[in-house]
Amino acid sequence: MARTLSFQNAINEAIDQEMARDPSIVLLGEDVAGGEGGAGEMDAWGGVLGVTKGLYGKYPERVMDTPISESAFVGAAIGAATSGLRPVVELMFNDFMGVCFDQIFNQAAKFRYMFGGKAETPVVIRTMMGAGFRAAAQHSQSLYSMFTHIPGLKCVVPSNPYDAKGLLIEAIRDNDPVIFFEHKNLYQLEGDVPEESYTIPFGEAEIVRDGEDITIVTLAEMVHESLKAAEALGKDGIECEIVDLRTTSPMDEDTILESVENTGRVVVVDEANPRCSMATDISALIAEKAFASLKAPIKMVTAPHTPVPFNQTLEDLYKPSADNIAAVVREVAEYQKSWETTASNN
Amino acid sequence: MNLNKEQLLTAYRMMKTIRDFEERVHVEFAAGEIPGFVHLYAGEEACAVGVCTHLSTEDWIASTHRGHGHCIAKGVDVHGMMAELFGRKTGLCGGKGGSMHVADLELGMMGANGIVGGGPPLVCGAALAEKRAGKGHVAVAFVGDGGSNQGTTLESLNLAKIWDLPAIFVVEDNGYAEATSSKYSIAAKSNAERARGFGLPAVRVDGHDFFAVHEAAGEAVERARSGGGPTLLDCQVNRYFGHFEGDAQTYRSQGEAQQLRDHQDCLVRFRERVTAADEISPEELDAIDHETQVLIEEATVAAKAAPEPTEEDLLTDVYVAY
Repeated sequence: MARTLSFQNAINEAIDQEMARDPSIVLLGEDVAGGEGGAGEMDAWGGVLGVTKGLYGKYPERVMDTPISESAFVGAAIGAATSGLRPVVELMFNDFMGVCFDQIFNQAAKFRYMFGGKAETPVVIRTMMGAGFRAAAQHSQSLYSMFTHIPGLKCVVPSNPYDAKGLLIEAIRDNDPVIFFEHKNLYQLEGDVPEESYTIPFGEAEIVRDGEDITIVTLAEMVHESLKAAEALGKDGIECEIVDLRTTSPMDEDTILESVENTGRVVVVDEANPRCSMATDISALIAEKAFASLKAPIKMVTAPHTPVPFNQTLEDLYKPSADNIAAVVREVAEYQKSWETTASNN
Repeated sequence: MNLNKEQLLTAYRMMKTIRDFEERVHVEFAAGEIPGFVHLYAGEEACAVGVCTHLSTEDWIASTHRGHGHCIAKGVDVHGMMAELFGRKTGLCGGKGGSMHVADLELGMMGANGIVGGGPPLVCGAALAEKRAGKGHVAVAFVGDGGSNQGTTLESLNLAKIWDLPAIFVVEDNGYAEATSSKYSIAAKSNAERARGFGLPAVRVDGHDFFAVHEAAGEAVERARSGGGPTLLDCQVNRYFGHFEGDAQTYRSQGEAQQLRDHQDCLVRFRERVTAADEISPEELDAIDHETQVLIEEATVAAKAAPEPTEEDLLTDVYVAY
C-alpha cells in the first residue's frame, strides 16, 4: 500500500525498520541524535537536517552521538563491522571525506581482498552531497565518483523516496562496505513509499522516462532536472529516454547500452565536476561498447571545473539546469553527420 | 612470578619463534626471495608476547606494518605467514596481502596495516562490538612511536575513553619512526604522559622485559575486561633491523643494534631470569630453540615450494557479491 513520504523520512523509515529487525545494527555519527551530555533534550537534532530524528528514542542503546573525529568513528564503524556489528555510520557531508578517507578506501575497501577472502565488512556510510543550499565550496560537492573509483566499495545514489528506502535497506543488508549518498536538496521531495520493508538490488538502473530519440543518463537531483528538460523538449517532438543510474558501483551497464543502442544519441548529466567523473566514466563505456550505434558524439552536461561558489546566482550557474540540459540534448538530437545531410539532400 | 612453568615455556617459545622467523626473513629477503617490503620485529618480541599472553582467540588485535611478531604472538599459523610473505597461494591471505597485510580474523588478528595509525580506529570498533556483546573480550591496538603522533591514534584515545571501550593501546616506541627519532617527534614527555592528558590511565614499560610487559598488560587487560575502559602502555623497545629491509640505517649510531643485541636482548634476559629462579632449565630452553629452528626451516622450505596464485585469483574476493 503506497502513501507519500519525504525522501528524508523514507531514509528514516528504512533505518527504523532494519534496526527493529536486526539488533546488530547500530547508528553512529555526529549529532545523529544530538544532545548527548547536554542539559537539554536528547535527540535534539536527529542529524543536522533531522533525517535520523526519533531513532534515538526507539533504540537508545544503539544510536550513538560521536565526537567530531571522523577517522576514529568511521574507522570504528569499519572495525566493528569486521567484528560482528552492522554499523550505519554517518559522514555528515561527503566533503568531509578527506578526514577519514583512509579508513574507507585503504581499510574497509581492501580487507576482503588483502586478507584473501576472509573478511566481511558490512558497514554503511551514509553521507550528504550536492549543491544548491548556498552552503559553498566545502559543503556542496558531489563526490560519488571518487568512491566509485575504489574497488571494494559500493556506491548508491538514489533520486527519489521510493528508491531511497529500498536501496538503503538493501545497503544495510549488504555484506560489503556501501557508501549511501543523500542529496540534501532531495530531502523534502515527496513520493509514494510502501509501508512494508522492501529492497532494490544494486546495479539496476531505472528508466524513469521512455523515449525513442535520445538517451539521458543521469543520477540524483539531475534526474529531476532532466525530467523537466525532457518535458520541454517533448513539446518540440524530441522524446528523451531517461536512465536513472541509482547505483554507480555496481553500475547497470546493460540498461545504459541498450538504451543508447535504441536511440543512437546520448547526453550524460552529472552535477559533479567534469574531470574523472561518472560522466566521463559512462561516456567512455558508451564509446567503447556502443560505438556502432552512435549517430552523434556523446555529450556531457556537468558542473564546471571549479569549486562550488557561495553566491546564489553563481551557484545556480554552477549547477546544470533544465535549460542547460535541454540545450545540449537538442544539439545532440539534431546532430547530423555532414555526409548524411548530403545523402538526404539528393 | 605469577606464571606457571607451562606458561613460561609457551612465552619463550613464542618469542623465539618470532626471533627465528624474522632472522630467516632477513636472510631470504637479502637473497632476493621475498618480494616487496618487509619490516622486521626482531628485538621487540617481549612486547608482543607479554601482551598477547593475556589474550584469547576471542580478543582482537590490530597491528602495524611491523606485524609478524604480533601475528605469531596471537597464534597465527607460521607456515601460512611464511607462505604469505613469499606471495604464495597457500599463504594466509592467498598471496594477495603480503607482509604488510597478514591477517587472521578467526583468531582475532585484524591485520598488519600498511597505513601508520590505521589500527586504532578499527580497534575502537572491535572494542565497541565486544562491549555490546558483554562477554568481557577486549581489543588491543599496537602502534609505533610514529603511529602515536597520527591523528587517528589520538582521536581513538579520546573515543575509547568517552565510550569506556575495552581497548588497550600499546605504543611500541623503538626510538625511530622510519628514520626520524621519537625524541624529536613527540612533544609530550612521553606517550604515557600524553595518554594521561587524554584521560587514560597509562604506564611506561621496559619492553625488553617480558615480565614487566606481562604485568602491565595484565592490569590493562583486566581493567578493560571488567568495564574499566581503555589503557595505554608506553613500551620502550628496540628493533635490531632497519625500518624496512634494505634500510642502511645511517640515522643510527655505529654499532647501536649490536650493542642492543649484546646487552638488552629480551630472550637473553628471559632466559637469565627463569634459569636463575630455577623455574626452567637451560636444556629445556635449548630444546625449544632447536624446535623453533626446525619449524622456521620447514615453513620456509614449504613456502618456496608452494604454488603461486592463478590468473583467476587476481579478480576474486573484491566483494562478497557484486
